[in-house]
Amino acid sequence: MSDLEEFRKETCAWLEENCPAAMRKPMRSEADACWGGRNAVFTCDEQKLWMERAGAKGWTAPEWPIEYGGGGLTREQAKILKEEMAAIKARSPLVSFGIWMLGPALLKYGSEQQKKHYLPQIVRGEIRWCQGYSEPNAGSDLASLQTRCEDKGDFYEITGQKVWTSYADKADWIFCLVRTDRDVPKHNGISFILFDMQSKGATVKPITLISGRSPFCETFFDAVKVPKENLVGTLNKGWDIAKYLLTHERAMIGDSGSGGDIGGRSIGQITVDSLGTDAQGRLADSALRADLARAEIDGWAFMLTMERMKDEAKAGQGIGARSSMLKYYGTELNKRRYELLMASKGHAGLEWEGEKSRDGELPRAWLRTKGNSIEGGTSEVQLNIISKRILGLPAS
Amino acid sequence: MALVLNEEDDMLRDAARGFLADKAPVAALRKLRDEDDPLGWSRALWAEMAQMGWAGILVPEEYGGIDYGMVGAGLIVQEMGRNLTASPFISTAMMAVTALRAGSEEQKQKWLPAIAEGKSIIAMAVDEGVKHDPAKTALKAEAYGNGYRLNGSKAYVIDGFDADALIVAARTSGEPGDEAGISLFIVEKDTEGLSSLRTKLLDSRNYALNAFDDVDVAGDALIGTLDEGFGLLESVLNVGRTGLAAEMLGAAEQSFDMTVDYLKERKQFGTIVGTFQGLQHRSAHLYSEIELVKSAVLKALQMFADAPTMAGAGAALAKAKAGEVAILAANEAVQMHGGIGMTDEFDIGFYMKRIRAAQELLGDYAFQADRLASLRGF
Ligand SMILES: Cc1cc2nc3c(=O)[nH]c(=O)nc-3n(C[C@H](O)[C@H](O)[C@H](O)COP(=O)(O)OP(=O)(O)OC[C@H]3O[C@@H](n4cnc5c(N)ncnc54)[C@H](O)[C@@H]3O)c2cc1C
Repeated sequence: MSDLEEFRKETCAWLEENCPAAMRKPMRSEADACWGGRNAVFTCDEQKLWMERAGAKGWTAPEWPIEYGGGGLTREQAKILKEEMAAIKARSPLVSFGIWMLGPALLKYGSEQQKKHYLPQIVRGEIRWCQGYSEPNAGSDLASLQTRCEDKGDFYEITGQKVWTSYADKADWIFCLVRTDRDVPKHNGISFILFDMQSKGATVKPITLISGRSPFCETFFDAVKVPKENLVGTLNKGWDIAKYLLTHERAMIGDSGSGGDIGGRSIGQITVDSLGTDAQGRLADSALRADLARAEIDGWAFMLTMERMKDEAKAGQGIGARSSMLKYYGTELNKRRYELLMASKGHAGLEWEGEKSRDGELPRAWLRTKGNSIEGGTSEVQLNIISKRILGLPAS
Repeated sequence: MALVLNEEDDMLRDAARGFLADKAPVAALRKLRDEDDPLGWSRALWAEMAQMGWAGILVPEEYGGIDYGMVGAGLIVQEMGRNLTASPFISTAMMAVTALRAGSEEQKQKWLPAIAEGKSIIAMAVDEGVKHDPAKTALKAEAYGNGYRLNGSKAYVIDGFDADALIVAARTSGEPGDEAGISLFIVEKDTEGLSSLRTKLLDSRNYALNAFDDVDVAGDALIGTLDEGFGLLESVLNVGRTGLAAEMLGAAEQSFDMTVDYLKERKQFGTIVGTFQGLQHRSAHLYSEIELVKSAVLKALQMFADAPTMAGAGAALAKAKAGEVAILAANEAVQMHGGIGMTDEFDIGFYMKRIRAAQELLGDYAFQADRLASLRGF
């Protein structure tokens, strides 16, 4: 038996033994996701157990090095793990900004001490992170951010405001972009720093979205004291880290949209469930069927593109500017998919309250997708990046 | 299998790229068109390609081929798409070889080595109407003497003009529209009652209207099983569809590269037009679409070996997506070149015309999308 086959066998056995039955059902919505953290609220005991077991094995971050708590798997092994998890419909044991965004940045730019300290906590789901990038006057033009960070000798002091900080009210720590030099061109005076959201002077104010939900916040810092060892990388060189992290964030956002199933069913099947078929087994609404087929074609081709880009990336390297392509395409596609889902549910898709609609789960999710092409850099910004960095078209 | 090329694939592609850019660039197609070449491709060039092993790329080694597999065939045809190289590669080296590999030992002995040597050209004669629809096969084959008698006609047969033989989808039972009751026969060029009329399409390639008027063939002309030819026919068509997808990918890539180059060069309003965000965003979108096509085509090619039961779905995906995006690439290329893009002197029109033909052949977007939707249960 080849090493990979052997690995597959072991993986199946491990999953069989460790993945609780309740975690072998597709997530019905975002509410079923497990985020971990100091104040984690679990939907059931199995969810906690699954996170802990996967975390202990390092399989919440399968490709991170073992020394930092990761699974130490090769790309090929990680693919097998993913396949075998899909085969038993296992849920992701932990979704986390730490895994998607901060971890890769720390692996590349963090000090040995920072890696040893923060990464294992992320893998085990002990600390939940939020992202302090955007400010009221620094959105697409992120580098114009103004949150001030001053060197006070023994510590840094941070004062300013962030906005759209997803889950800032639930997160334990923040990775934050701050201005450490105002007398240089904007990109050259930014630093990347980590701190505890429980610190004195840090407050959050949730913002309600069009979906009626409130996953993000205004975040205020009033003379927050931060230990000096919390600075990542070099002072004033934070922009490189910020951009590198964004490539991971973008690939992740693109991926989560992509073409996969929703609650274990394809959008075509969901529509059949809702509207039924003609005698030949085809959706009776031929225009909707054609649109669905188009979305499924693009969805499949997009998932293959995610896979290809990961396969092409050299081990340990990100995919660079191509993450902008994945972000752009995946999010635009996801918006299309949810438009179709809304059509497939007709009037029922408009229900906002009540048990039948699970309090308007679909329309709220549909509304949430509108943010996909804004968060992590808008579609327009991604197209600018592709034009400039990949196609080499000059700025005007 | 990882969605990447291995070293051997890279070498094959580089060799194809160099050879085709040198020997068969767009100028060669332009010349064939201007001279109204009856074949639409060059026999001398095909002989050279055969020498490099291309004609036998899917032929087993024992029959004189190199049996490289579909990924290699796809890479060659992609480079042909970049250069708009006209050749019987898809019809003969891909589709006919796939059909004959399912044939009898005698059929293999007779045809495969000759194909690999570049000596025999064999076309698949499938469609009869204006849209691709293999199940609609009406051309009749009836038992006659020790063999069969064929009556009917085939239209828009790819490389069907002056081919040494045709592999014909014929109805041996059932009604047009039925998948059951179709059989494949190989019919040689000079068989009495078979006529071949060249049909000129916008891409200047070789197509034929082949009429069968009491064409008698022996019993050993049957390929595969009587009445049960549809499955084999589908396998052959899936190979052809994936080949066309790879070709359209190459054509789309080249159209796009030409366009981006032009955007970096053409000046208006005192600046290069590539600085205009309206054009940048459209280019970036097209780039993204082409990336999707690359993935779909490579996966479809790999599936023939790795996941044969999925090859039909993979082919439909690749053909649909490649056709859609290649059309977009050609349209954007003409638009972003402005007036010069509309001239015959400039090459882009050749891409537009070939892409239009290739996306129609063996099933357009709607055809492939319909198949996929059915496969996916809606
Ligand atoms: C759901 C959601 C979650 C988020 N989570 C976080 C988070 O956790 N942490 C965080 O820091 N931020 C977060 N954000 C903020 C997000 O990153 C910003 O909203 C985004 O970068 C856009 O900035 P803006 O809202 O200021 O829009 P603006 O930059 O003001 O953009 C307005 C419009 O102008 C367009 N535009 C701007 N510049 C250009 C240009 N150069 N060319 C063409 N068009 C342009 C934009 O595309 C957009 O259409 C989140 C946003 C959303 C929607």
